[in-house]
Amino acid sequence: MLKTFPKGGVHPPETKLSANEAIQVLPIPDSVTIPIAQHIGAPSTPVVKKGDKILVGQLLAKSSGFVSANIHSSVSGTVQKIDNVPDSSGYKRQSVIIKVEGDDWDENIDRSKEVKDDISLSKEEIIKKIFDSGIVGLGGATFPSHVKLSIPKGKTAEILIINGVECEPYLTSDHRLMLERSEELIVGTKILMKALGVGKAIIGIENNKPDAIEKLNKVNDNSSISIEALKVQYPQGGEKQLIKALTNREVPSGGLPIDVGAVVHNVGTALAVYEAIQKNKPLFERIVTLTGKSVSKPANYLVRIGTPISAIIERSGGLPEDTGKVINGGPMMGKAVNFLDAPVTKGTSGITIMPDEESHRGIIKDCIRCARCTQVCPIGLEPYLLMTLTEKSLFERLEKNDVMDCIECGSCSYTCPSDRPLLDYIRLGKVTVSKIIRARRQQ
Amino acid sequence: MSTTVIFTIISLSAIGIIAATILYFVAQKFKVFEDPRIDDVEAVLPGANCGGCGFPGCRGFAEACVKAEELDKLFCPVGGNDCMASVASTLGKEAVMQEPMLAVLRCSGSHAVRPQTNKYDGAENCTIVSNLYAGETGCQFGCLGLGECVSVCNFDALAMDPVSGLPVVDAENCTACGACVEQCPRDLFELRPKGKKDRRIFVSCRNMDKGSAKKIGCEVACIGCQKCVKVCDFDAIVVTNFNAYIDPHKCKLCRKCVSVCPTNAIHEINFPERKIKAAKADEKAKAIKVTGVEKAGEKEVTAKTTNINKEAVVDSKIKEKVDNDTTSDKSKN
Repeated sequence: MLKTFPKGGVHPPETKLSANEAIQVLPIPDSVTIPIAQHIGAPSTPVVKKGDKILVGQLLAKSSGFVSANIHSSVSGTVQKIDNVPDSSGYKRQSVIIKVEGDDWDENIDRSKEVKDDISLSKEEIIKKIFDSGIVGLGGATFPSHVKLSIPKGKTAEILIINGVECEPYLTSDHRLMLERSEELIVGTKILMKALGVGKAIIGIENNKPDAIEKLNKVNDNSSISIEALKVQYPQGGEKQLIKALTNREVPSGGLPIDVGAVVHNVGTALAVYEAIQKNKPLFERIVTLTGKSVSKPANYLVRIGTPISAIIERSGGLPEDTGKVINGGPMMGKAVNFLDAPVTKGTSGITIMPDEESHRGIIKDCIRCARCTQVCPIGLEPYLLMTLTEKSLFERLEKNDVMDCIECGSCSYTCPSDRPLLDYIRLGKVTVSKIIRARRQQ
Repeated sequence: MSTTVIFTIISLSAIGIIAATILYFVAQKFKVFEDPRIDDVEAVLPGANCGGCGFPGCRGFAEACVKAEELDKLFCPVGGNDCMASVASTLGKEAVMQEPMLAVLRCSGSHAVRPQTNKYDGAENCTIVSNLYAGETGCQFGCLGLGECVSVCNFDALAMDPVSGLPVVDAENCTACGACVEQCPRDLFELRPKGKKDRRIFVSCRNMDKGSAKKIGCEVACIGCQKCVKVCDFDAIVVTNFNAYIDPHKCKLCRKCVSVCPTNAIHEINFPERKIKAAKADEKAKAIKVTGVEKAGEKEVTAKTTNINKEAVVDSKIKEKVDNDTTSDKSKN
């Protein structure tokens, strides 16, 4: 029997429309908008000014703390301005706007296609280089990768897990990456193993991608890296679920994967690490899936960071007429895009276009106490209770009911027969409780 | 049978007497002294337990009043000066008179002037929307219109206007407890003095975008043009982040700023209608009504008169100014 996590989970229709579409390189747009905060943590500090000539891969904004990341230019050209520009949520964020002129790369970047698999750098040099290259978790959470690789004192990493699960419906960017960049991915995994000093790595892939599993098994020349097929179950891509599924270790409440000796990185991150270490290439482009039932050409693109979302949609045949919602990410965890010219950032794994009839919520009805939300919660929380406690502002009880352990996967809202906005309220509860906790710590 | 009844009564009474004696002595031993004046003070407080004073409920406030040496830093916004006077007389202290305050909404982006750009159909809660995205209109600072302020108001002083989509403050009922100020995720409520004869002037906008960007999202946004600052004789107006703020303590209610504001972002409440010079009025002037954001009882919001031609000229000048402003800002960056 295939492995999976034991508690909860749902299985929405997979709808991987673009699974057989090879990655295409999206043409460079006329101008790019690169936000200086594309990661979890402190926003970076811009180091360029208006009128500066920029090369591809040049540093635009410097990391401003340990939990922060460098931002590099994805194009060559002139800095037009540094201004507040709406991101996909519609809120204005400080961004560097660059007018594209040609495509001149920084000369230190190795643009050759050949795979380099000898790792010459030491452990510390690798982590330093990953930090310099501005690499963040490319699965969507955008947590700076060097932080995960710097193991705190008193903890030891035993196993590296590479997340190729891609449990989110519709999205296929990781799938295509595993198929087309398998050799590089394996080298990237080896680099991460060296950085962590671990002797074992597992690449976890859901069983709906048999071609990727086969390909990786074929190119894998290292006996300490194993490729494991997993039963299709959402949210298996959550790191706590994946650790449980692959190693049967449970991350304690409020803890981190390192507490059970595991470190999880996405396949996209592993590839970015390979490119940074072996090719000297900072993170300035990523693979983005453009998909949707009415989209004329669902596809996977290699996109420069800062390209407007509208440019990708245009490339795939334009916005379909029956569009109800454009989602940044997949349908389960993605957020609706409010401004179509918003830029692609390091965390944009896909753009899902939903037809009108599928993009509305049902009318909110009363809770019928069917406990389905409790049944599907992968953490074992009681979503109905958390929602009620938030509505009634009972934040102390909310904290006692472990609201902070919610991974916001949305399985509860997905499964609720009364269309209750469970996750909306739980998120609100989490924000409020974390404020209370922070205030308490400061005292 | 009868003996059983008698024994039951006797034994129960005995237990009762023993327990009562123990309880009496225990109560004497562990007696906590509480100032009887706390009860007296609590009796004269409104008993709304709204927390507007900053203490947990009316009893908390009463305790603070009894403990405090001076009453100058304590104020019950619900009871007002009368209530504080009786608190002071109960305690034999001196009451400090404070200006009566009122909550005002600093957004006038009604449906009519702030077009909807997208539709939200999630949970009806302003904070949730505000955490999620910029909102249903082109203004990321404006009212979200889901009425969280109405739901926290204990005094029935707020109601949503279905036409404008904005909350309306009922000046009669508002006690300035500050619940709405605290709740609004966009920070749109402000407690301001009620003003002489209930007259007040304030900028009804919190948008901090650059002027040109604001005009796209909302017709009545403060564009930070500085016109009001220049015309004000009392230095009462400051513009920060392209948004004007009128200091209520410096403002002398002269209304000069109201007439120069090119976007009608400055509201005047409870003023008599302006006299229009007859000759000019026939040809050029036209009365434009300010959107009904705030109503005091049955009184209509004062109509505002503006000279159309003058406004047009002002408008183009402002545009130039704004453009200049934005370019200078760009170079700063």
